[in-house]
Amino acid sequence: MIPGVSIYELLTVTSLLFFIGVYGFVTRKNLISILISVELILNAAVINFVVINKYLYPDMLQGAVFGIFIIAVAAAETALAVAIIINLYRQISSVEVEEIETMKH
Amino acid sequence: MDINYFLLMRQEIVLLAIALFLLATEVFVPKNKKESLIHLAILLFAVHTLLGFFFNKTGELFGGMFRTTELIDLFKTILNIAVLLVLLQATDWIKDKVLRDNRGVEFFVLLFSSLLGMYFLVSAGDFLMMYLGIELSTLPVAALAAYEIAKRTSSEAGIKLIFSAALASGITLFGISMIYATNGSIFFDDISTTLEASNLTILGLVLMTAGLGFKISLVPFHFWTADVYEGSPISIASYLSVVSKGAAVFILLILLFSVFDPLMEIWRPMIYTIAVATMFLGNLFALRQQNMKRFLAFSSIAQAGFILLGIIAGTPTGMATVIYFVLIYIFSNLAAFGVVQAIDVKTGKERINDYEGLYRTNPKLSLVMMLALFSLAGIPPVAGFFGKFFLFTAAASEGFYFLVFLGVVNVTISLYYYLLVIRAMFLRKSENPIPYFKSGSYIRIALVLCVLGILALGIYSPVYEYINELSLAF
Repeated sequence: MIPGVSIYELLTVTSLLFFIGVYGFVTRKNLISILISVELILNAAVINFVVINKYLYPDMLQGAVFGIFIIAVAAAETALAVAIIINLYRQISSVEVEEIETMKH
Repeated sequence: MDINYFLLMRQEIVLLAIALFLLATEVFVPKNKKESLIHLAILLFAVHTLLGFFFNKTGELFGGMFRTTELIDLFKTILNIAVLLVLLQATDWIKDKVLRDNRGVEFFVLLFSSLLGMYFLVSAGDFLMMYLGIELSTLPVAALAAYEIAKRTSSEAGIKLIFSAALASGITLFGISMIYATNGSIFFDDISTTLEASNLTILGLVLMTAGLGFKISLVPFHFWTADVYEGSPISIASYLSVVSKGAAVFILLILLFSVFDPLMEIWRPMIYTIAVATMFLGNLFALRQQNMKRFLAFSSIAQAGFILLGIIAGTPTGMATVIYFVLIYIFSNLAAFGVVQAIDVKTGKERINDYEGLYRTNPKLSLVMMLALFSLAGIPPVAGFFGKFFLFTAAASEGFYFLVFLGVVNVTISLYYYLLVIRAMFLRKSENPIPYFKSGSYIRIALVLCVLGILALGIYSPVYEYINELSLAF
C-alpha cells in the first residue's frame, strides 16, 4: 500500500491505461505499435488485480498470483505475435497494416 | 491425496501423453517414412476419443480450480469427436503440402495442445484456470493459422487472429478484475454466493462476455472471422468454426448459468440484443459472398446467433438444446467444410461459381454438400431442423416470442443463400466444371461419419434425452 494514495487514484490510472490501449489498438497503423497497445491493456489488468488485492483483500493472494500468470502468458503471446510479424516482414518487407491487408469484405 | 485423484484429469493426461509421444517418435522416424506418423496420430486420437466415453468420474482437483462432472466429460467428448473429424479431413492436405516441408508432426502437436487448453477451459473452476485455458487454446491456433509460411494470406490470417485474441483476452481480464473487486474471490462457487447487481459487477460481466464473444464471433466482435477463415488452411478454419466456438459456448453456458445466475435479469437483454444483431448481420453478409470459405464464415456467425436463443432461455432445457445444437452443428458444418477441403486440395478452387455443374462430375460430394447445407438451414428430415426447433422452443417457453419470430425470419434468409450454392451445384451448367476426382480414404471416412451424424442425430432420440438428463442435474 502506498501512503497517501487511495485506491481511487490507482484505479483511475489503470482505467486510463486500458482506454489508451484500446484507442491505440484501433488507430495505430503499425503492427508493432498495435502489439504495444495490447500490452498496455494487459498491464492495466495486471495492475488492477494487484491493487485490488492489496487494498481490498490483503489477507489472500489470489489477485497477485493472477497477475504473475498474466505476465507470463502475455510474454508467450508477444513472442508468437512477433514471430508471425517477422515471417510477414520476410515476404513483403513491411509491417504497415495498409500494405499487409489483402483480404477485405 | 493419492493417485486416484489424478485420474480425474485422465482425458488431459492422455492427450498430453499422445502429443509428447508423437514429438518423441518423430525423432526416430526416417525422413521418407514420415507419412506413417499421420496414421499413428489419427489412430491414437481415435482410441482416445473412444476411451472418452468410459471411466468418467466426478470430482475436484487443486482446491476447486479444476473440476469434472459427467456433463463436462460430455463437453470434452463432443470436442474430441469434432477434432477427430477435422484431423481425418486434414490428411490429404497434410500429405500434399505439409509433409514436403517436414512439418507434419508439429501440426498434430499444436492442434492437441489447443484441444488441451479447451479441456481446461470447460473444466475450469475459477477464473485463473479459465484464462489459462483460453490462452492455451488460442495461441496454438494462431500459429496454425499462419502455418503455410510461404503464403501471404496465411500470415495475414495468423496476425489478425493473434491480435484479436490478445485484445479479447485483455478485455476479459479487465472484466474479471472488476468481478474480483466486488466479490473478493476468483472461484466460481464463492462468487455465485456473494454476487450482487452493482455497477462494477455489471461492467465486469459485460467486458467478460465481450471477450468470450470474440471467440464465439458474436456480432460486434466478429470482424476477424471472415478474414481468418479465408486466409488460414481450411482444416484450421473448420477447427475454429466448430471446436473453438463450441468450447467457448460451453464455458459461456457454465458462466451465465451458474456464476451469473443471480444477474439473469441483467444479462438477458444484453444477450437478446447480441442475438438479434448476430443473426441479421451474419445472414445479410453471407448473401454477398463469392468465396466458399468466407461464405461459411458468415454462415457460422449466423449460427452463433441461433445458439444464443437457447442461452437466453436460462433454463436447464435451454442448456440441453444448446448442447444438442452444437453437436449437430459440428457434424453439419464439418461436412460442408470437408467437401470444400476435398475440392480445394485437388483443384485449388474455392469460389461458389467454380462449383457449377459439380453434380454431373462429382455426384457424391455434391449430395454430401446438399445434406450439410440443408442441415445448416434447418430443413425437416435432417438433424439441423430438430436442433433449431428445440432452440426456438426453449426461447419461446420463456416468453421470447418476438425473438423467436426474428429467428424464423433469419432461417428464411439463410435458406436463400444456402440454396444459391445448391443451385450452382445441381442446376447450373458450366463450360469447364471441376473434373471427377477421388479423395483419400480418410476424408471419405470423415464425410461418411458426418452424413451418418446428420441423419441419425435427428431421429435417434436417446442422444437428446441423455443430454437433457445431464443438464437437469447441472
